[in-house]
Amino acid sequence: MQKNTPDNERRKFLKSSVATITAGVIGGSVINSFVSCNDKGETQGEKVKVLTPDGKLVEINSTHLQHEHNAPPVSNTEARKGIPGKKFVMVIDLAKCDGCGECTKACQKMHFTPPDREWIKVFTMQDNEKSAPYYFPKPCFHCDNPPCTKVCPVDATFKRQDGIVLIDNERCIGCRFCMVACPYSTRFFNWDRPEESAAEKMVPYSPEQSFPRKVGTVEKCDFCPHVMREGKLPACVTGCPMGAIYMGDENENAVTNSVGVTVQLSKLLEDNAAYRYLEELGTKPRVYYLPPKNRKYPKPDMNNDKEGEKKNHNHESMNM
Amino acid sequence: MEKKNEHTTVTNNNNVESIENDFLKPIGKYSPLNRFWIGFLLIIVVWGAAIYIRQIYFGLGTTAMRNYVSWGLYISTFVFFIGISHSGTLVSAILRITNKEWRRPITRSAELLTWVSLLFGGIMPIIDMGRPDRIPNLVIFGRLQSPLLWDIICIGTYFVGSSLFLYLPMIPDIALCRDRLSGNATRLRKWIYRKLSLGWQDTPGNWKRLEKGMHVMTIIIIPIAVSVHTVVGYIFAMTLRPGWNSTVFGPYFVAGALYSGSAAVVLIMAAFRRMYHLEKYITKKQFNYMGQIVLALTLIYAYFNLNEYAVPAYKMASSEGFLLHDLFSGSYSSVFWILQLGTVLVPAIILAFPKGRTPVMASIVCIIIVIGAWVKRYIIVIPTLLHPYLPIQKVPIEWSQYFPNWVEWSITFGALAGIFLVITLFAKIFPIVSIWEVKEGREIEEKYEQVDNAIKNEKENVQVATS
Repeated sequence: MQKNTPDNERRKFLKSSVATITAGVIGGSVINSFVSCNDKGETQGEKVKVLTPDGKLVEINSTHLQHEHNAPPVSNTEARKGIPGKKFVMVIDLAKCDGCGECTKACQKMHFTPPDREWIKVFTMQDNEKSAPYYFPKPCFHCDNPPCTKVCPVDATFKRQDGIVLIDNERCIGCRFCMVACPYSTRFFNWDRPEESAAEKMVPYSPEQSFPRKVGTVEKCDFCPHVMREGKLPACVTGCPMGAIYMGDENENAVTNSVGVTVQLSKLLEDNAAYRYLEELGTKPRVYYLPPKNRKYPKPDMNNDKEGEKKNHNHESMNM
Repeated sequence: MEKKNEHTTVTNNNNVESIENDFLKPIGKYSPLNRFWIGFLLIIVVWGAAIYIRQIYFGLGTTAMRNYVSWGLYISTFVFFIGISHSGTLVSAILRITNKEWRRPITRSAELLTWVSLLFGGIMPIIDMGRPDRIPNLVIFGRLQSPLLWDIICIGTYFVGSSLFLYLPMIPDIALCRDRLSGNATRLRKWIYRKLSLGWQDTPGNWKRLEKGMHVMTIIIIPIAVSVHTVVGYIFAMTLRPGWNSTVFGPYFVAGALYSGSAAVVLIMAAFRRMYHLEKYITKKQFNYMGQIVLALTLIYAYFNLNEYAVPAYKMASSEGFLLHDLFSGSYSSVFWILQLGTVLVPAIILAFPKGRTPVMASIVCIIIVIGAWVKRYIIVIPTLLHPYLPIQKVPIEWSQYFPNWVEWSITFGALAGIFLVITLFAKIFPIVSIWEVKEGREIEEKYEQVDNAIKNEKENVQVATS
């Protein structure tokens, strides 16, 4: 099963729907062991503050949450509607970001992303020669006027009531129009057949969790709706050791970061002169940035980063 | 007087015979060179098809495209092929409406070029699709908001329209093939002629209906053709990308399409003139006039280039500026300037002189234009994708650059060979020149001659009488 013989692959390709159905019936136990073994190291025994589906912030033992993982994913219709009553919003405090890249790692772990794909990516930016460089983590902005969903010919990528933009990789035709339409280079394409373990492939697909991947379809940051349904924070938020990323509900006017600090959204945005990246494009992103002022860490070195880039290339080529 | 008339009708009949013979002669006959050419094209087509199957199997990762340059040679070629397909409409419809007599020997090949390049142009986006197995989704879940749907609708309509536009004037000729070539034709060809001639019997009723149908098609096809390339431009212009986010893209693409399409008409004219020995019919006149049309369209295209590049370059807004710097003086500058000077300015200068519009010179210039138009599509698509708003950082080196790899070249040249193959085979099954239209033209010419002669005679008579 783990060996991807061409024959095997081809059968998967042709009968993916059949495979999904059987997985739903016989694959339950596999999912259990698979998911729990992935979660153990991270959260077991810890008390975590989470956002419940009805919008309350509660502190619970994370072991209790594991059961929720095993719940079958929501139906396609529900995944297209979104979580009722919510309006998700993210705030990234650039003054706190030290560019460690833990958000990216946490995200890649949760979504089983190959190392070449960074759904949330930390850029090193410098607006002009005089101003200091800063780190700029960039997830999908889940725009309220999304250029990507407009151009999709088959409604495979869509905007939900709760503000999230998702992709249904069982409908995507792979034209990549959304990729060229996105001004933020947020979308990734499955150019090759995904290398996934048998267990990963057994998980029933839902647009809310974006895997198992399918060759010839587009993927991107999904704001982790499958964990937010359980009242948890997205992987990048919990993964950030600096507490730089806040996630919350605009309707509730509250956002929370990894340190467990919950703040009033409107006040946070007002007090820190929050801005949205490339506001002039009119895409209305759902991700706000707080300017990188009064930083507590050394500013990024643009030259150093270039070397890092080279390293990264070697690293990538080794992986491939 | 009566005797003279009889005489002219006899020569007329001879003329008609020889016209028919000239055009029917190459049909169904394959010289060794023909066979070699067809075999050569077949190999490229089969190779391309095999590589495409391989691409479906392993995914688009077998191409050089990656997440930044996610549209590459396939989409550039799509735009190019659709552009070439403008030729048929231009020459055929516009010259038909304006009743230009010199159009007669070139309409069929121009219409054929439209039809074939549209066929393969339409295939290119399918080749570019990650999931061609999900094409039915376009019908099941199709959304009219997407420019891609506009393209499917417009190109689909244009394809049906241009098929009719090609087919209608072919009916009398197919009937002629049915009647004249029944002796040595294969059974398949006889069957094709019988079916496709739709029982054409040369009756006045037949002709009346044909003329009516053609008149309607001639007028309808022009706005459809304009719409097609406009929405191809919209695919790019409806995004926020620097370099594509432009209001002139619709007409700019139409102008570019007419420029490359008309040049391609000159090439197909030249090719059949030489291969089928049609020097008697496709004369210097056609090249001279077509050369002038190409010249006019090149100048219009140059004007749109000025708008497309000079206007943003004056302002140098930051995002647009990075792209323009790269085009004007950066890594794409040599290609950019060769295109602007070598394939727009120089052809315009050459075509401005009568000596530049001889069959040989016009063909050379038009080859340059057609290749230039292809590379230009590439330069419209790729540099923009390499200049996103956010810098390209921390990615594998092959993501931050693009040049098509052997898979893309194989498939693209397979499609190009497919275009040549369909044209070649078409011309071996059907007359490549509209026989009845050329005959009609000859008749009109003769009538003019008769009138001229009559006037001359009258004048002479009057002179004789007065003297």
